[in-house]
Amino acid sequence: MKILIVGGGMGGTILANNLARRLTNELKTGKARITMLSASDKHMYQPGLLYLAVGRMTPDELYRDQASLLEPGINFQVDPVEEFQLDNNRVKTKSGKIHEYDVMVIATGSRMFPEGVPGLAENAETFYTEETALKMFKRLQSFEGGKVVIAVGIPHKCPMAPLEITFMLHDYFKDRGLADKVQLHYTYPIGRVHSLENVAKWAAPEMDKLGIKYETFFNIKEVDGAKKILRSEEGVEINYDLLITIPAHKGMEVLEKNGLGQNGWIPTNRTKLNMEGRTNVFICGDTTNIPISKAGSTAHFEADVLGENIAAMVKMGTPVREYDGKVFCFVEAGKDRATYAMFDYQNPPDPKAPTKAVHWFKMAYNKLYWISARGLL
Amino acid sequence: MAEKKIVDGRGSFCPGPLMELIVALKSSQIGDELEVLSTDKGSANDIPEWVRKVGHEYISTTEDNGVWHITVRKTK
Repeated sequence: MKILIVGGGMGGTILANNLARRLTNELKTGKARITMLSASDKHMYQPGLLYLAVGRMTPDELYRDQASLLEPGINFQVDPVEEFQLDNNRVKTKSGKIHEYDVMVIATGSRMFPEGVPGLAENAETFYTEETALKMFKRLQSFEGGKVVIAVGIPHKCPMAPLEITFMLHDYFKDRGLADKVQLHYTYPIGRVHSLENVAKWAAPEMDKLGIKYETFFNIKEVDGAKKILRSEEGVEINYDLLITIPAHKGMEVLEKNGLGQNGWIPTNRTKLNMEGRTNVFICGDTTNIPISKAGSTAHFEADVLGENIAAMVKMGTPVREYDGKVFCFVEAGKDRATYAMFDYQNPPDPKAPTKAVHWFKMAYNKLYWISARGLL
Repeated sequence: MAEKKIVDGRGSFCPGPLMELIVALKSSQIGDELEVLSTDKGSANDIPEWVRKVGHEYISTTEDNGVWHITVRKTK
């Protein structure tokens, strides 16, 4: 069976390694073949960008060589797909090569799209790429006081990022002795400070305690950079001195160009994870249109299910498990305390008060990630 | 021509049915009708409240076997 994995991010990498271990014999005998096509020979630990933006990690800590993370037996090629020919079970890459498959998994992730809001890309700092996170940190270093507004677009990658960056900014400015000179002003698209009700229930009092103001039902409409005003779809205007954004995201452009899904999100069965209308194409991670968090843990848990199912398809001709919507997110509540939220399609999260122990576990996970990507954790 | 779309937010705690609706409205045309499916009864209050606040048209809410169907129309 020819298994093709498109995308070398967290989901694709965990899946490839998971499959390679389950199919050791099949790979040796040629009964199965695993090919991964990626746009880069590097693998980035994306959650590290949050820390880079406040000077708590350096760029080199975010990367490993992709090939070094993969099990032997995986045919890894840096050659991104440009054409998906689903009716013929094949793809065409940038170099012009054709790859045929029996089963394909698309795990190409998502990209920030601040350009969708007039004035946002030009006037706001963000941290979803190495370049923007470094730029944001330099801007923070030169900021000596004023009103810092956090503006949140949807859908976005990492549902906890708006809260985390707000709490981390609070501690960053406090450490610089600027707590009295900086006013943090958080905004959020719905009627509470986070989509998860129980997370909102602890986050709002935490903000009250720290003196962080918030405005709910605030969907970014436009930014007037000359006047330094942020306007919402709901008709509210907020002045800012420094604007930080968690921008809206889209799926990859190549998926839109190939007509696989509006805005690059591919219609996906929420439990079987197959592309709607296709039995041999599966979707993993941010790329799905499933109404759950676009987060590394989502990709991880989906990859676990797909690994078990595709291996079973090779060995028994049928998948064996369903994805239950499981998501696990750490929530940094400052520089030295954190909590977590775990939930699935049936069960909402019940986050506890932040502790130093959870923060240090998150710090450890920032290193353990590389074991996780290898499919060992 | 205006379309009728389903926004399936069942089982969605995060981002949740209202966020799914807001995203879906962005890529809809004026006049389109969107029916949100939600297993969270809070949606029956949250969605009409936001729709009125932002100026779209709230049409109806019904409940069937624990699934709320909230219909709105994009007006701007």
